[in-house]
Amino acid sequence: MSLRSPLGRVLGQGSAGGSHHWWAQRVGSIALVPLCVWLAMGLFHLPNLSYGAVQAWVAHPVHAVLLLITIAVLAHHSYLGVQVVIEDYVHTKSRKVATMLLVQFLHVLAAGAALFAVLRVSLGGIAPGVAP
Amino acid sequence: MATRDRPLSPHLQVYRFMYTMALSIAHRITGVALSAGFLVFAWWLTALAIGPAYYDYVAHLLGTPLGLLVLAGFVLAFWYHFCAGLRHLIFDTGRMLEKPDARRSAAFVIVGTLVMTLLSFWAIWELAARNGGAA
Repeated sequence: MSLRSPLGRVLGQGSAGGSHHWWAQRVGSIALVPLCVWLAMGLFHLPNLSYGAVQAWVAHPVHAVLLLITIAVLAHHSYLGVQVVIEDYVHTKSRKVATMLLVQFLHVLAAGAALFAVLRVSLGGIAPGVAP
Repeated sequence: MATRDRPLSPHLQVYRFMYTMALSIAHRITGVALSAGFLVFAWWLTALAIGPAYYDYVAHLLGTPLGLLVLAGFVLAFWYHFCAGLRHLIFDTGRMLEKPDARRSAAFVIVGTLVMTLLSFWAIWELAARNGGAA
């Protein structure tokens, strides 16, 4: 049985899945601790930051899988965080909805692009280390 | 809109400033900054997928003084958000919430951030030196 009034439910205001949001944010942050340390160490250990070196590193299957996971978790964590900030500081409803949409679209765009980039590099869409 | 004219309950201005407050808001600020950093990271990976010419162009842009300043800011923001995030995860378990504990962990966050940021700058410096040799 729900304690919320039918009107409240129809309006969709108040807490809706707040604990899930909170929990998802924490799960993401815990996952990001080892993932980000791995990513930082991986990049620092590259012979250099030339196209060939980075391309070869990303193309390695283990690196590619971990990168894909890192990007997905990072995007989700980032989106959840910015969402809370908008909810707290943007009070005009129209502006709030517009900012939320923009932020969500940007995250999906960035995550989609980054995931595709890793897949393309790792699945050999481009020749290793040579100019087309 | 009517909601903007409503009277507000006493807010930040009624509290005496504590540096732990600055840490708390800095966690948010660095978080939002890192969201922008995520966009740059995605752009860099996309450049990698597009090909060497465009990758070199992006690497060149990021290597300009302004680009390096922005990247340095991301590194600082990352380590701060990392250290403060760990502190908040401990808070979330209900531990170390007493004032002396909170202040001590705040000091750890600041020291940790500075140490990790300087270590990263050193590592990036080394990497850039190798980069200069190879490219």
